[in-house]
Amino acid sequence: MSSVTASPGSSLFRYAAPNVFYPIAGRLVPFFALLAAALAVIGLYIGFFAAPTDAQQGDSYRIIYIHVPSAWMAMFLYVTMAFWAGVGLVFNTRLSSMMAQAIAPTGALMAFISLWTGALWGRPTWGTYWVWDARLTSTLILLFLYLGFIALQAAIDDKRRADKAGAVLALVGVVNVPIIYFSVKWWNTLHQGASVKPGSSAMADIMLTGMLVMVFAFWMYAIAAVLVRLRAIIVERERRAQWVLDAREQNRL
Amino acid sequence: MQWQSLEHFLQMGGYGFYVWGSYVVAVVVIAAEIWALRHRRRAALEQVRRAVPAAGRSA
Repeated sequence: MSSVTASPGSSLFRYAAPNVFYPIAGRLVPFFALLAAALAVIGLYIGFFAAPTDAQQGDSYRIIYIHVPSAWMAMFLYVTMAFWAGVGLVFNTRLSSMMAQAIAPTGALMAFISLWTGALWGRPTWGTYWVWDARLTSTLILLFLYLGFIALQAAIDDKRRADKAGAVLALVGVVNVPIIYFSVKWWNTLHQGASVKPGSSAMADIMLTGMLVMVFAFWMYAIAAVLVRLRAIIVERERRAQWVLDAREQNRL
Repeated sequence: MQWQSLEHFLQMGGYGFYVWGSYVVAVVVIAAEIWALRHRRRAALEQVRRAVPAAGRSA
């Protein structure tokens, strides 16, 4: 097992040192949190006041302003989590593994919101809250992968071993993400096909604008939440490190 | 403005239960995450505070 330690000298690994990244993350949090709040206000204003009632679905379609962003973020965060878990596994960088651990609960939350809002949209639109359709089932599996990752990490006391076991699970689970994305194409699903494709969209411009603004709001929120959790994880894991004790002394923690 | 009144807005064209059932739950779980994050940060800082012996904290 190679052991690349994050030395402040090498530029690539410089920010991989928890003590270097900790204050940077702290400064970034308010920026992303404010951006998330501002975008949510704009997105919801467009979604509820500027965008008209849908000709086919009535006002039930307004659920998409949180359904689509949460579904996209659930998939995107999973890939990001698996990426950092993989980097941690290969390069043995502590911060990468902590990043993966910080992403998991927010990813699970996004998967839950997308399933919940999808069920409440499905009832009036399809006549059922749930079907064992490829899109829905693979999204449920995504939620279970997040929960499995969290449970596995919590079950192993040795943090570095927990990181490695979690990374293997996260990387194996990545195969589920393209299945979710392409499920509406590969199988004859009840879930509708993609409304938004690169270069074309089946939605009215104003609805699409509102939805995309909400996607960015969710994205910025996810970054803020993950950074706050990452900082807490850094403190939890490095609490015996001298830099943590020094930072505490100087009220910089 | 497409909503004539607050009631009209809350009814969401008959889909109020589904629309607000989605939004309320989403807001609640996000609020719960923010609360949990605050709690986790405080707990982590408390761990550090306890790890530092009282003698180490010069006034």
